[in-house]
Amino acid sequence: MSTSSVLYDAPGPKARRLSRVVSVLAAAVVGGAAVWLLWALGQPRVTVNGAVLTGLWSPERWDIFGDPRVWRRLMFDGLLMGTLRAAGLAAVLSLILGVVLCFARTAPRRWISVPAAIVLEFFRGMPVLLMMLFILLALGTGGYTAVVLALTVYNGAIIGEALRAGLLALPRGQREAGLSVGLTSLQTRLAVEFPQAFRQMLPIIVAQLVVLLKDTSLAYVVSYPEILRVSGYLKDYYGSTRYSFSIFAVVLLTYLAVNFTLSAIARWLARRSGPQAGAITPKEQP
Amino acid sequence: MEAVFSNLDTYWLGFKGTLELLAVGGLGALLLGTFVALLRISPIASLRGVAVGFTELMRNTPLTLVFFFIIVVLPALQIRIPTKLGAFIALSLYTSAFVAEAIRSGINGVPIGQAEAARSVGLNFGQTVQLIILPQALRMVVPPMINVLIALTKNTSVAGGFAVVELFAVSKGLANQHGNAVIQILLGIAACYLVITIPLGQVAARIERKVAMQR
Repeated sequence: MSTSSVLYDAPGPKARRLSRVVSVLAAAVVGGAAVWLLWALGQPRVTVNGAVLTGLWSPERWDIFGDPRVWRRLMFDGLLMGTLRAAGLAAVLSLILGVVLCFARTAPRRWISVPAAIVLEFFRGMPVLLMMLFILLALGTGGYTAVVLALTVYNGAIIGEALRAGLLALPRGQREAGLSVGLTSLQTRLAVEFPQAFRQMLPIIVAQLVVLLKDTSLAYVVSYPEILRVSGYLKDYYGSTRYSFSIFAVVLLTYLAVNFTLSAIARWLARRSGPQAGAITPKEQP
Repeated sequence: MEAVFSNLDTYWLGFKGTLELLAVGGLGALLLGTFVALLRISPIASLRGVAVGFTELMRNTPLTLVFFFIIVVLPALQIRIPTKLGAFIALSLYTSAFVAEAIRSGINGVPIGQAEAARSVGLNFGQTVQLIILPQALRMVVPPMINVLIALTKNTSVAGGFAVVELFAVSKGLANQHGNAVIQILLGIAACYLVITIPLGQVAARIERKVAMQR
């Protein structure tokens, strides 16, 4: 830890000893729980009707991952062509929609701003899942369109609100300065205010894109073949009891890897351009 | 509209399910989240590490996967949890990470001079946190916390995909029964969600204005 917190003194010998003891205890508890869990998962199990299931770490539960076809199915069909294709398009579209909604919401004319406010409120309060179902059933589109549209509308509304908050948080002098050098109201917004608000809000927007990526997994419920759905197909094909856990573990790790990468980008952006938060607690990120 | 009014009791069933998920999941998340947030600011590095690990894991895992693990994977391992209890656990676990983050950002929002002043008059860590930091932080935490609860309201719909009776599950069933009135049915469901989320949002906005004025 580089910077220490103002909440407590630099630890002396006594506090350091206490801290060490608690650290060892905590490590023992957490590590013990993890080891126990791993051990318990590895134990053979007897089902209700008497069949014996092997432990979860036994190689026969993992042998399908030696087959490149499984990986191609999961990573190419599921992750790339399913999850990332939907998330990528939805991310671009929701950014565009967010910018449009933000401008509409802050427009000086009421006949633009009031409908925009209603649209924003409506879409922000709506579960993405319900929107997917609505687009799928009411508009009669395919799964891909439904997923992308629902994610676009929902995240677009959230990004729009974030951008608006960024605009409102700017010092008023920025707008006044723009107006006083002879820019029109719209020019000031476009050339002076919006670029600053966008930079300020960039970490929040990237964090929202992580949410968007996570939400693609909801498409599982409306039968769009993203990675979770594809893993379901694999499970049905190779046998659910035997591979359920191993396939789940691989899917979870895949999600974590992709999301951690995005989150790391968000944190990096926050450090570079965001507001200097984190005054009281020390800034330490894993 | 007829399809909506003839099914009001089904709607009510779903609405009740959603409210129940919101209440129990929200309570669980608040308790667990506060605990994690306290670990996160504790002077002991390893406790902070545990809290950071938990938060990051939960924030980067899709809620669907949390549900999937509890409701689909665990039974395959002969560990049976009733579906509804599983939904409560999944929602609490997932939301608690966001609650913890909200509280932490509230604590970070308290001006550093407050903590310095408290420390310089000789209060120790526990006193500083209890008497100076938390009372100010919690007030600022209310609006983001309400936003977390709004997100939770929307997230309860994921439970509907896993055989829990709530609004989304109800809407799927009703839409299948009334193929000619899908739009009305779904708009009715949407209205039910808005009845919960919009007032919550208004409350958040009002408190935000009030707190902003005081600072």
